[in-house]
Amino acid sequence: MENNDIIKLENRVYKRPALLNEAHMHYCPGCSHGVVHKLVAEVIEELGLQERAIGVSPVGCAVFAYNYIDIDWLEAAHGRATAMATATKRLMPDKLVFTYQGDGDFAAIGTCESIHSCNRGESIAIIFINNAIYGMTGGQMAPTTLLGQKTATCPYGRCADLNGYPLSITPLLAQLDGTRYVTRQSVHTPANVRKTKAAIKKAFLNSMEGKGTSVVEVVSTCNTGWKLTPEKANKWMEENMFAKYPLGDLKDVDAKNE
Amino acid sequence: MAKIRGAVTVNTERCKGCNLCVVACPCDVLALMQKEVNDRGYHFAYMANPDKCIGCQSCALVCPDACIEVYRVVEK
Ligand SMILES: Cc1ncc(C[n+]2csc(CCOP(=O)(O)OP(=O)(O)O)c2C)c(N)n1
Ligand code: SF4
Ligand code: SF4
Ligand code: SF4
Ligand SMILES: [Mg+2]
Repeated sequence: MENNDIIKLENRVYKRPALLNEAHMHYCPGCSHGVVHKLVAEVIEELGLQERAIGVSPVGCAVFAYNYIDIDWLEAAHGRATAMATATKRLMPDKLVFTYQGDGDFAAIGTCESIHSCNRGESIAIIFINNAIYGMTGGQMAPTTLLGQKTATCPYGRCADLNGYPLSITPLLAQLDGTRYVTRQSVHTPANVRKTKAAIKKAFLNSMEGKGTSVVEVVSTCNTGWKLTPEKANKWMEENMFAKYPLGDLKDVDAKNE
Repeated sequence: MAKIRGAVTVNTERCKGCNLCVVACPCDVLALMQKEVNDRGYHFAYMANPDKCIGCQSCALVCPDACIEVYRVVEK
């Protein structure tokens, strides 16, 4: 059987989601942001929520998310995405409202908004891309930067005495009464991509059902900021990031009730 | 015995040559073009060993730029 006999519409088992528009994403080759964008588009499409989804994009590399996924978007001031999402969801409770934020956005400048939105139990979904660095601005230290990790602003490696400890914010959020579902995933292997997709789906359904806040942290790579090839960045993430940021569900209120 | 055959298409203009699909493929099907580049200057991915593809979708799942579509048939 030749390739041409196989490549026919009736045999297609994986297609590019229609909600990803024609624009070329500006992300560096191999960047995790692209994979997560694809999953967001797939999930919204599968849930049939194209007309009811409102995303809030951050300041950070994902600032142009609204150029790529064909739904309604708001663009928040740095770190304030969950505040905008709060207002949006309260005004339009029948919408799917989610934020998409990096670690600098969500866990540095936006810490106050992030924690209080979760504590209020706003029925929004938060997609939190933790690549342990400020990717957009050229690779500076983030709150999530690991001890010993080199960045532009800690060139000899992060040191606790000078820079404090890496902030693992997701377990803090899991302790709050307002959170319904808190999970930590990654997108570096096919199996992990599938799990992250399922997590995003659950988070989006929780938003639609008004169940409180869902947080999907995606432990990610920034191969440019880390100065590694995409492949080596995945390896570095496995060997270093997962010890501080272990994957798995941190809280699922519905699982407990089942 | 029924044999599973797969094939993929790569949107070569969208591909950024990140190599993640090449690494993810369990059957060693994909490679990056050695010399040829697309309009943006990237060595894009292609099926170097098309006969080995089983249509498992691993490559497509990890592709950050959603360049890959996958086809699969069961050969009788
Ligand atoms: C009020 C304000 N302060 C600082 C900046 C500069 N700035 C832009 S993006 C960014 C951090 C981005 O890091 P992150 O949120 O982790 O996103 P990434 O690019 O890594 O995905 C900073 C500090 C800004 N744009 N606005
Ligand atoms: S700088 Fe880092 S986070 Fe930003 S697009 Fe490049 S790899 Fe992705
Ligand atoms: S579908 Fe599977 S076997 Fe075929 S190229 Fe992709 S990863 Fe390889
Ligand atoms: S994963 Fe996608 S962008 Fe990267 S080399 Fe393969 S087809 Fe190209
Ligand atoms: Mg970051």
